[in-house]
Amino acid sequence: MADASREAWITGIGLVSCLGEGADAHWQAYDAATPVYDATTFAPYVVHPLAPLTLDSQIPKKGDQRQMEQWQRTGVYAAGLALDSAGLKGQAEVLGRTDMIVAAGGGERDYAVDSAIVSGLAGADNPGAYLNERLTSDLRPTLFLAQLSNLLAGNISIVHGVTGSSRTFMGEEGSGIEAVRIALARIAAGQSDVALVGGSQNGERKDLLLLFEFGGYALKDPYRPVWDRAGQPGFATASLGAFLVIEARAHAEARGAKPLARLSAVVSDRTARAPGAVEASLDRLWGALPAVAADRAAVVSGATGVTGATDEERALLAARGLPVRATGSVAGHSIEPQFVFNIALATLALGHGRLFAPCDTTGFEKPFDSPLDQVVVTGVGHWRGEGLALVEAVR
Amino acid sequence: MAVRDKAGRPVVVVTGMGIVTSLGAGKDENWSKLTAGQSGIHTITRFATDGLKTRIAGCVDFVATEPFSAPLLSERLAELAVDEAVTQAGIGSPGRFPGPLFLAVPPVELEWPQRVELAAAAGAAGHADYDDMLRAAATGRFRAHHERFQFASVADNLATRFGTQGMPISLSTACASGASAIQLGVEAIRRGEVDAALCVGTDGSVNTESLVRFSLLSALTTANDPPEEAAKPFSKNRDGFVMAEGAGALVLESWEAAKARGAKILGVVEGCGELSDSFHRTRTSPDGKPIIGCMRQAIADAGLTPDQIHYINAHGTSTPENDKMECLGVTAVFGEHAGGIPISSNKSMVGHTLSAAGAVEAVFTALTLLHQRIPPTINHQIPDPAIPLDVVPNVARDAKMAHALSNSFGFGGQNVTLVMGLEPT
Repeated sequence: MADASREAWITGIGLVSCLGEGADAHWQAYDAATPVYDATTFAPYVVHPLAPLTLDSQIPKKGDQRQMEQWQRTGVYAAGLALDSAGLKGQAEVLGRTDMIVAAGGGERDYAVDSAIVSGLAGADNPGAYLNERLTSDLRPTLFLAQLSNLLAGNISIVHGVTGSSRTFMGEEGSGIEAVRIALARIAAGQSDVALVGGSQNGERKDLLLLFEFGGYALKDPYRPVWDRAGQPGFATASLGAFLVIEARAHAEARGAKPLARLSAVVSDRTARAPGAVEASLDRLWGALPAVAADRAAVVSGATGVTGATDEERALLAARGLPVRATGSVAGHSIEPQFVFNIALATLALGHGRLFAPCDTTGFEKPFDSPLDQVVVTGVGHWRGEGLALVEAVR
Repeated sequence: MAVRDKAGRPVVVVTGMGIVTSLGAGKDENWSKLTAGQSGIHTITRFATDGLKTRIAGCVDFVATEPFSAPLLSERLAELAVDEAVTQAGIGSPGRFPGPLFLAVPPVELEWPQRVELAAAAGAAGHADYDDMLRAAATGRFRAHHERFQFASVADNLATRFGTQGMPISLSTACASGASAIQLGVEAIRRGEVDAALCVGTDGSVNTESLVRFSLLSALTTANDPPEEAAKPFSKNRDGFVMAEGAGALVLESWEAAKARGAKILGVVEGCGELSDSFHRTRTSPDGKPIIGCMRQAIADAGLTPDQIHYINAHGTSTPENDKMECLGVTAVFGEHAGGIPISSNKSMVGHTLSAAGAVEAVFTALTLLHQRIPPTINHQIPDPAIPLDVVPNVARDAKMAHALSNSFGFGGQNVTLVMGLEPT
């Protein structure tokens, strides 16, 4: 990077998932390679359920909690953890110019209302009038705001006072990749000094499973690690929240904040997913990264477990020869925030100076005990969007 | 003449624009109707409105989408606008736009026709739930719904059709989305990352549920008759906005790149301001600080002072809250000059095009500067004494203008202001 003061440091991470909350819980669970999943509640679908949260600790007002659906509560909670971790919680002056980029889908439906209406529509004499009447009387007015994509960011502004810029990117996995890429580009160019970037997902939702089951992407029982899903491909939806505080080095130093890692590069692509396209794209993107050492480096992969894309990613990573960990095997796939979640895990690994344990039944993920200086994070969307990040230790 | 602005950044110009609203398709039809004070608001025919308090909208009914879905219509509207913009810009080659796509698009959801279809396919008509719908989905017969109802699909299809570069960004900042798309393009060009960007806002989401949702928040006017008089921004009797559809597309380029290829410069995006509001999910901070700061930031970003702004393209939704707060903001930013700056709301004629509004209104702002003519705020029959602004009531007006603001404010505390100008001489 030309101007060292514009290096982007990761100075805060906030994580909640099926593994619990916070950096330590995640490190320990990943290092123990103990996946947490539920194959019964949404059978035959496998999901990774959110660990219970002490909501009051990050969302003190009950009124705020009530105004949100679970995906928003999860995200606001994780954002609060990230701000705590960066030492920014309550720092009104900095929060007032913090640039927020959230990667989001939409919120959960009201199953009871939907089921009643879809049932009633079948026999209604005047389906249009029936739909109008039922929606008008049955929809909670505030549910709309709990579903709107940009209202995760809106709730973070309200609860945590983050009021610089606020942008919500949509578009499945690619939205998380672009959120980090844009935050980094703005910091490097001096357009931004400090950013809060991330997202959340409630993966324990039939309406969400439905969206992926259309394409045959929702993982059905039995659970297997992502590299071992050739016989039954797909991803298990994750409930999780992941946020990063990314900051210009000069800004961090001026306020005495320590770097957890350096975010050195984020590159992205869009392929139409013809056979071979993912592999070629990742190869091209890798070439656009700063040099990655042959030793002291590893890959934290966002592989989903879907046919094609995951096979091609595996082939590319095998050719590169670095040790690999697919995070989805342990905590599932959260779609929009997964790339951020994985950058956070890469940051944890660099902080510990080593890679966490393999969680793989195919032998593709090899033990790796050497010191770690660099992590390449991959994001290959289940359907669209390819990206890589390079996260490096700050020594 | 330097091709960099006062802050040393590349100057960002507009070289192509396209627009679709309920008034029609294309800049010519829209501009002639807009300056004639015509309304595109009409009674909804797309779906039954029995029992609904609001039965009007600015639907774009002349673009075929069968069967209707919001992402499909949003995509069709964007195609029309982008095609017009790219053709005018004469940039790249057919099917290859030499820059990224920033798309403001409504959040996507499965809609009622699909739920009904799934329930029927599951043989569960009359007593269906999500388990039944999941069983139907698992047959693989509805595979096309996966792609259609992914949030990335509209942008992905546009990227294929127009050959934009890299991963397109789909974004939502509620009713500020269109302006955010432009802002992202401006930033990318200023970073020197790209020479051109395609910035688009589109919204074709007027369906039963979206109407009911806004209605339940008491955001919509219920003045159904006559429809064309329903949207009355800044009037004392304003009582809510009118949902509407449309798309706006802008080809942005660095001035340097545009001049190098001999492109005609239609306007300049001189500055962007953004400040979010932590007060409430749907309401503006009572002191107006975020929108005041947003406008001030935009003017400062453009290297200007408030006295150099000659026109304001208002957010002007026609809700009691927005118009009051926008007036408060303008009054604070422009001080004693506030009453002398014309401010008009396109929404009085085209309604609130939601995710598209920021882009639609940026196109109208650029046309206002190009034609040196201000489109009116129609339906201004009962002035609000609490809004002592020159809202260009009812009739278009010629004016000499060098710089204009375009405001966009949205649910979730989203505030974006753009400053637009003409090519420096």
